[in-house]
This record gives sequence, C-alpha cells and structure tokens, in this order.
Amino acid sequence: MTRFQELIAANQASGRARRRAVNGVMLSLTGLATLLALVPLFWIIGYVIYKGGQYINLAFFTQLPRPLGMEGGGVLNSIQGTLVIVILSALFAIPPGVLAAFYAAQHPNTPVGIGLRFATDVVSGVPSIVIGLFAYAVIVKPMGHYSALAGGVATAILMLPTVVRTTEEMLKLVPHSLREGSLALGAAEWKTSLSVLFPAALNGIVTGFLLSISRAAGETAPLLFTALGNDRYDVGLIVKGGVAQHQSIFQIIQRVVDQPADSLPLTLWKYAQQPYPERIQQSWAVALVLMILILLINILSRLWVTSRMRRLRG
Amino acid sequence: MTARASLDPRRASPWYRSLQRVSFHGDLPWRWLIILMSLLVMLVMVAIGIQLWRETPMARSTFGWGFLKFTTDASWDPVNNHFEAWPFIYGTLVTSLAALALAVPVSFGIAVFLAEICPAGLRTPLNWLVELLAAIPSVVYGLWGLFVFLPVVVAPLGGALLAALGHIPLLGAFFAGPVPHSGASRLGAALILTIMITPTITAISRDVLQSIPSSQREASAALGATQWEGIWQVLLPYGLSGFLGAVILGLGRALGETMAVTMVIGNSIGGSLSLLRPGYTMASIIANEFAEAVSRLHSEALMEIGLVLFFMTLLLNSLARLLVWRVARRAPQEARA
Repeated sequence: MTRFQELIAANQASGRARRRAVNGVMLSLTGLATLLALVPLFWIIGYVIYKGGQYINLAFFTQLPRPLGMEGGGVLNSIQGTLVIVILSALFAIPPGVLAAFYAAQHPNTPVGIGLRFATDVVSGVPSIVIGLFAYAVIVKPMGHYSALAGGVATAILMLPTVVRTTEEMLKLVPHSLREGSLALGAAEWKTSLSVLFPAALNGIVTGFLLSISRAAGETAPLLFTALGNDRYDVGLIVKGGVAQHQSIFQIIQRVVDQPADSLPLTLWKYAQQPYPERIQQSWAVALVLMILILLINILSRLWVTSRMRRLRG
Repeated sequence: MTARASLDPRRASPWYRSLQRVSFHGDLPWRWLIILMSLLVMLVMVAIGIQLWRETPMARSTFGWGFLKFTTDASWDPVNNHFEAWPFIYGTLVTSLAALALAVPVSFGIAVFLAEICPAGLRTPLNWLVELLAAIPSVVYGLWGLFVFLPVVVAPLGGALLAALGHIPLLGAFFAGPVPHSGASRLGAALILTIMITPTITAISRDVLQSIPSSQREASAALGATQWEGIWQVLLPYGLSGFLGAVILGLGRALGETMAVTMVIGNSIGGSLSLLRPGYTMASIIANEFAEAVSRLHSEALMEIGLVLFFMTLLLNSLARLLVWRVARRAPQEARA
C-alpha cells in the first residue's frame, strides 16, 4: 500500500467517524427536543392541578360570585354561561358546517368545492380576536347591547372550519361501495347522503363536534366584547322567574340568550388581573375546571376517532 | 286547455320534465341546500374583511397610511384622539418572529423524532401529548405564564441575556435593560408563543415527512448516507415547501394569539426596541381597550388594527396553504404505508 492510499484510507476513516458522530448527536437532539416540549406540558398541568385543587369546593360550582372582601362564593354564572354559549355556537355552526361538508366531500374539485376548502383554511387562521370584532360589528352594534347570543355567533364562526373539515374527512372515509349500493337500489342522492353516508360517518362527525366544542369552550378573545361577562347570570333564576310570570318558552329562551353572560375563560382572565388574593386563588380553580373539561373532551374524542378510523379503514 | 293540464308530465316540455324528475326525488333542493351552505361558509370569510373595512371609515380618512408607519415617538392618546399603531405592529412582529426562530428548530426536531426515529409503540402517545399542548386554553397558558413562568424562567433569563448581549453595539438595542422585576416583557411573550406554536408546526411537518415516499430514504441509505444526512440532505429539500407552509402557519398563529400574550407582555407603549422590555401587541391592545373605547375614533382605530391583523393572517394563510398543497399534490399516491 502506497503512502497515498494510506492517507486516503485514514481520511475516509476519520470522515466516517465524524459523520457517525454528527448523526448520533443530531438524532439525539431530536429526542431532546421532544422531551423539551413535554416539560411545559407537564409543568402547566401539574401546577394547575396543585394550585387549583387547593381552592376548589362544592360552593365553587353551586354559588354565584360574592362581592369582593366576602369569603367563598363560586362561579356558577360562568359555568352556566359557558354551557349556554357552547350550545348556541353548536346550534349555529353544526347544521351549515355538516351540509357544506357533504358538498365538499362529493364535489371537491368544483369551483365551489375549492373555494370552500380555501375559506375554511382562511377562517381557521383568522385570529379569534378579529372574529370577536366581527361579531361585535354584526350582532352587538345593531342590537345595541352585549349578549350571550353574540358570543355564541363568534364562537360558532371559530368552530365552523373544524366542523367542516372533520365531517368532510369522515365522509370521505365511508367506503364507496356503501354509496354505490344505496344509489343502485334507487335511493336519491339526498336519501343516500342522509340515511347511508351520515350514519356511517356519524361517530367521526361527533368526534369533530367534540373537538371543536372543546376549542370553543376554551376561547376567551372572541367573548371579550360579545358576551362581555355578567356576575349575576343565573339560568335557573331566569327560568323560575319566567315560569312564575307565565311566560312562553320562547320568551324565557330569549331572556337567557339576550343578556350578557360570563364564561369560564372570561372569568379566569378577569380574576387573574385583579390584585385580590382570593380572586387569584379562584382563577386557579377556574383554570383547573377548564383544563379538566377540555383535556377530557379531547382525550375521549381522540380515543374514539382512532378506534373508529381503524374500523373504517379495515 | 286548463292550467292543470300543463302540469301533466306527459305534456310538459322536456326541460320541465327533467326538472320534475330531479326535484321529485328531492335531489335538486338537496343540492341547492348544500351549495347554499358552502356559499354561506365562504361568505363568512368575505364578510369578516368587508365588515371590518366598513366599520373603519373615520380612522382610515383621519390617519391614512401614517397610522401604520414607523415612528420613534408613537402616540396612542384616546384623550386627544391621536392614534398610531406602530408600537403594536412592532410588538406583534418582534414577538412572533422571535417565537418562530425558537420554535422552528425544536418543532422540526420533534417532527423528525416522531416520524423517523421514534419506536412505533411510543409514537401514538407522544403524538397525543404534543397535541394536548395545543389543546390547553390560551388563558391557562397566560395564568401559568404570569405567576410561574415569568418569575421562574423569564426574569433570570432576561438578566442573563442583558449581561451577555446588552453591550454589543447594534444587537444590544434588542437586549437593552432594565429587565422588569416581574419579568413581564416581550421575551416572556415570545417564549410563551414558542410553546404555543410548537404543536402546530410539529404536526404539519410530521405529516409532510410521512408523506415523503420511502424510496427517497432507501435511495439515500443505499448511497451510504447516515440517517441524519438522509433527513437533512434528502428529506428536507424534498418537503421544503411543506415545511415552509408549516412555518408560515405557525407564524399566523403567533400573530393572532391574544390572551396569553396580553397576560405576560406587560402592556406598555414604550419607545424601546428591546426584547427585554415590556411591550404591546396588536391583539392585546384590542383585547384591553375595545370594550372600553372612549370615542368613536378610538374604537375605529382598534377596528383598523383588527383589519390589518386580518389581512396579515389572510396573506400568510393563503401562502402557507399553497405551499402545503404543492407537496401534497406531488406525492399523493406513493405515501409511506
């Protein structure tokens, strides 16, 4: 072996060692990055459970807020407000979202289908605070006052893209043979869609609703100037009063949705900015309730969707 | 001939008969219904832009483009009705870009780990955990950031950065002190944003990696490349536009993030450029002042900030989707099993 060949061999050997070292370092860095991302996750969840767990009690769920300086009190108004706003936004977002998804799933390459996909992408990227401004401009300003209804509309717009996209994905997973079988039996397109495709995709669609609802329940920004907040919001009291005055059910519903309402994230935001320790303690408790609610919906719906998709893909 | 006879299908004109055939089964109304709903969804997007534009005539005519221009002594003065948006635009841009610079390498690393390296049994739980990070509500991030993250991490880190970089000319302007005692600063906002956008960038980059055909990996391995060289020199260029799309989508999320940022950034309109000083963002000024706007011009100025934010995210999203689509279209069929 000449000196030259020796040099080349040595060079190659050292290059290989360096390349192996770079490979090892970079690959372990990717693992490290993954660990790094999990640190804040466990830190936040652990700390919120630790802090919130100390201040949570039964009164927290069953009482309205007390005036400052008084001990105790709860966030019943926010819990009820969250429920009312979530129900309203589901009512506004789900029917149009599902119907639009039927179109998107069946005609993905028509101009309307492409436009629809683009629109859902864009709306899902619009900052939630801008959607709050929009809802303020189209609902609060014409009506002249803040209301749970306006909050419901704002969160509905936030939910809409998720509803459309998940429903569309689920409809596309339904095997073609089912659809063709139904059409071959002479069922009309709408009949096929509603009584064959929809039930077949239902589990996945429900999961999409749950995911979008969990997003809607955690949103604060669009509610700041639509639902505004309301310390005295008590659906039970409104209904009782309405029944006592012999109002119709529509009048009672109108009274429930037509006034400002609180929601859990809104309360959390307001309490966290106040300089009173008891308010800050309550904000940790609210954070715990909110986080458990949202993580629970998320985990359950994801478990459901993975098992469902596995079955559909067979 | 009576009116009834013209409804008889045997006598009606062909187009009427075909119309009747379709509508008899209910298909025509069904089709119109789903098209109508699709148009409604599209209308929402258009309406957001138009409505915000229509709500801001006074602010636009009073301030013109000067509203958005760079100034060193910007004023935001609701009492004298004078508004300039530069401090908020700067705050939004600097926190989002800093967050992006930190989040991109980390997210790419996680995506590579999840898609290429991690053992199959770990993959699903890790995916879930990273997605849970995206599910935690923004206000909870804010609360944790305000009471835990700022004092424990940001304040000491800010001090260290000030000591290390504060004296370098030029660069030092971005790391000028003093660091606030509470830690509330643009740095805090940028770090919280980093945590919040990492799941977004990770999820999309991971999907892009998984859509790259196995033949690419096999070819690079056959040529003698190590796994990292394959990832860096083959997979990264192959999916580049997809990764760019992921980055831009992450930027879009960072620009619009409101609650967590408002809680940790300190909310002050200072003239300083420094990352270590408190600041303000476009979203947080709207969140703080809109419900209590004192005059019509004040609320219109805030609306106009919202309009600018809308157009920024609209542009970014269109760009990102275009890039992600290009990757998806190039390799739709030969995805890895």
